[in-house]
Amino acid sequence: MPGMGTSMAGTGAMFEFDFMRHAFWAASIVAIVAGCSGYFLVLRSQAFAGHALAHVGFTGATGAVLIGIAPLWGFLVVTACGGVGMALLGERLEGRDVAIGIVLAVSLGLGLLFLHFFTSYAVQATALLFGNLLGVDAATLRTLAVLAAVSLAGLALISRPLLFASLQPELAEAKGVSLRLVSVLFLLIVAVAIAESAQIVGVLLVFALLIAPAAAAQRLTSRVGSGVLLAVVIGLLISWGGLALAYYSDWPSSFWITALGGAAYLASGLVRRAG
Amino acid sequence: MSAVEFSGVTLAVGGRRLLHEVDLAVRDAEFVGVLGPNGAGKTTLMRAILGLVTPVSGKIRVLGRPAVRGNPAIGYLPQVRSHIAPGRLSGWDLIASTVDGHRFGVPIPSAAARRDIAAALDRVGAGALARRPFAELSGGERQRLLLAQALLGEPRLLLLDEPLISLDPTHQQSVVQLVRELQRELRIAVLFSAHELNPLLGALDRVLYLGNGHAALGTVDEIITGPSLSRLYGSEIEVVRVNGRVFVMSGSHEVERDEHRHAGHGHQHGGHGRHV
Repeated sequence: MPGMGTSMAGTGAMFEFDFMRHAFWAASIVAIVAGCSGYFLVLRSQAFAGHALAHVGFTGATGAVLIGIAPLWGFLVVTACGGVGMALLGERLEGRDVAIGIVLAVSLGLGLLFLHFFTSYAVQATALLFGNLLGVDAATLRTLAVLAAVSLAGLALISRPLLFASLQPELAEAKGVSLRLVSVLFLLIVAVAIAESAQIVGVLLVFALLIAPAAAAQRLTSRVGSGVLLAVVIGLLISWGGLALAYYSDWPSSFWITALGGAAYLASGLVRRAG
Repeated sequence: MSAVEFSGVTLAVGGRRLLHEVDLAVRDAEFVGVLGPNGAGKTTLMRAILGLVTPVSGKIRVLGRPAVRGNPAIGYLPQVRSHIAPGRLSGWDLIASTVDGHRFGVPIPSAAARRDIAAALDRVGAGALARRPFAELSGGERQRLLLAQALLGEPRLLLLDEPLISLDPTHQQSVVQLVRELQRELRIAVLFSAHELNPLLGALDRVLYLGNGHAALGTVDEIITGPSLSRLYGSEIEVVRVNGRVFVMSGSHEVERDEHRHAGHGHQHGGHGRHV
């Protein structure tokens, strides 16, 4: 949680603390996963799907807390199911923003109910909704690393048909790509990226890590390879910067990361206009 | 060997029958213009050749083999959508994404693939265009690049679905000429669908006219006649020839122009809309 006391900030050696080292590693791992999958989310104009899945995940996380499982696993399972469902419904979801919005509201409401039954209600709620970067322990860090490796490997495996299907779906279909299979696999990978991002910045703010770096990168480069790379670099910079600023200011790290994410997006627009 | 052969083919989409027991054969290395009113089944015909639509009955053979999805011998240019290639993505990257796009793996083109892309771009004179963001190119420039893309993998048959849509007459002519040159040089068969016959007149070998569940394939002089088109439209059609141009009229309305305007591309021309 934010608020580790200003006395620590005075030391100037933030890496002396385990929780800071863990936080930096966690932020780095998540920035890489979020940057890579976020690039394709933005490319496919599915940014909002990322937001929606995070909300659905909240229900899973709180439900898991209630039955005594780590929230990350509940989050992951429910987000993955949501992603598969979304991919299978596919075009039928298009233009259904009212229905989607209601599902999101119900998810958050259900999550609230689950928290109501849980005793340390406020702490859990804040951690899930707004992230808990400074609370990452060694075990969580290992879980994040393994999940990241799996999702990055998956993304690498499907990235060629994914890129083809994202850019020219009619042609990809004609050339034998299964649009539905690619969509399902991709949203499964996105589910992992969202579960990880929510650990860092929380359910409500995953946009900052997942979408902002990728969107900024796509404004700055016309190549796919450099776009993915740039999304990762921007994600790393805003995560590290946010963490350092949180350490020295004692303001919440999630605030700084989202602020820097917004600033990066804004700056990319200005750079593009100037260029 | 025929490039495309339909025998007794019936095609339906969503329960609506578009073609009924059609027989036709497109020869190897011929340029065929595919015409007909909106909804006559031009796109569905191409999708059937691609193996994306299975005929209700009858057989389709492509280059001597049954139509199957993912046939590498077919180059395909789907109808243009408004937001192909978002943001600043370059034309080169767009084209490169199609190379081996059906295989799992990381989309980094091999040296051989890069050479193929460069050769295809050279063929259509779009080497320099490809470095620019695709979204910033004009309609004619985009079609040039997408033609290069369709040529990758040395196809024997090109299916071009309405490549002239939303182009001005000058660009229409340059696209038609380019396709004609490529078709002659590479000796490949081309099916080129269009709203209007006139831009294709100098280039095509034969016309495939769809309408009313029927299909008629033949030379312009054979097909574009009052009686033949009346059958395809299911109403009285008159063909008027002026200065080497052909106008298909229904009463006082010019049918193809009206079709064009219905598609929403702003060519204002006399007469009222006619839904066929």
